[in-house]
Amino acid sequence: MSQGPSSPLTAARLVIARDLLLAFRRPEQLLQPLAFFVMVTTLFPLSVSPELAQLRAIAPGVLWVAALLAALLALDFLFRDDAQDGTLEQYALSGQSLTWLLLGKTAAHWLLTGVPLSLMAPLMGYTLGVPASAGAGIMLTVALGSLALSFIGSIGAALTLGVRRGGVLLSILILPLAVPILIFGSRATQLAIGGEPYTAPMELLGAIVVLSFTLAPLAAAAAVRISLE
Amino acid sequence: MSGSILRAENLHLWRSERHVLKGVALTVRSGELLQLTGVNGAGKTTLLRALCGLNYLEDGQVFWNERNVREDRAGFHASLVYLGHEPPLKPDLSGSENLHFWAGLRRPTTAAAIHDAMLRTGAAEFGARPVRTLSAGQRRRVALAALVLAAVPLWLLDEPTTNLDAHGQGLVAALLDAHLQAGGLAIAAVHHGLGIEPARLRELNLST
Repeated sequence: MSQGPSSPLTAARLVIARDLLLAFRRPEQLLQPLAFFVMVTTLFPLSVSPELAQLRAIAPGVLWVAALLAALLALDFLFRDDAQDGTLEQYALSGQSLTWLLLGKTAAHWLLTGVPLSLMAPLMGYTLGVPASAGAGIMLTVALGSLALSFIGSIGAALTLGVRRGGVLLSILILPLAVPILIFGSRATQLAIGGEPYTAPMELLGAIVVLSFTLAPLAAAAAVRISLE
Repeated sequence: MSGSILRAENLHLWRSERHVLKGVALTVRSGELLQLTGVNGAGKTTLLRALCGLNYLEDGQVFWNERNVREDRAGFHASLVYLGHEPPLKPDLSGSENLHFWAGLRRPTTAAAIHDAMLRTGAAEFGARPVRTLSAGQRRRVALAALVLAAVPLWLLDEPTTNLDAHGQGLVAALLDAHLQAGGLAIAAVHHGLGIEPARLRELNLST
């Protein structure tokens, strides 16, 4: 008992390290959103038209809708396992700030879903006729957009913990909040594909990230406390 | 650790239409074990969860060292461990990885300290195996090691001897005894006695 208690930052880092380790021990959950994203984006050229000019025109929309739905699909897993095996309960009793622990969980969730999606997005864009020069822009916008979605989604995931099969309810709750991300994200991607500067929509995306990063963990912590009842 | 006291008065809790806790009062001091007894459904688990704040109390107060726990929840939680029916161990991690996480959340821990704790609870020989492959009793031993590592004054235990063999039940008694000797206090929901010397023992029957 000589050492002082762990700092909130250490605790959040432990949560991230553990969630990453768990995901690599059991990669199915990691691969599911990615497989969904790849499937949807490869089906479009088959069903719309193989003409590159036409595909390039719809590419931002296709990439973003697919990425958004893939990320939404993954949100359902965010807290569910931890709620079932009593981990969340112990988080609340650990003497650590629940807000910081959930911040760690959400960050890990983004590293496991948002980052792979944003790495895959330029590749899938390429199959839709997007020039390789737009790759960096696409990667950046999807990374920022999925980060905002992970944080906003953490509120929804926490609120639906008490609901059996809360996946549908979660989507309905989160979708309206995700619309601004979709609008700015696909606009930035569109500009990047056209070779134009895309900083303006990116800054708006960044603002959403900052806002959700500051408020979402607090709201999620409050919702988790209610669900533990 | 010594000189701590947990006091609760007039605890009332409803579960939908059922009045589960009807004005429960209790006091536990350093070196004492309070055994909660009663038939199934008498509210032993509910009381334990209400004491640590997981269940919402309609009425009544809980005091830790004569201070209302509502004033300093984080401080109260930092002084207690609650061990429920199902230990919160991740099946895909090994016992020592699980312990490293839970102990680390509270304070920086070394691998040696984790190994020592697992030696004490007889979990060292299977500590490197994924928890998925362990039996229920072996998991319980890993969870008991987490209790030792936490090094906090207040233990709230829900049926601590579940799934344990005779030797394991003796181990729980020994752990509890050492904890009480060191000035710790504990509340345990039990169906049969834990084998603690009567001088340290108090009992609260929730059936009556």
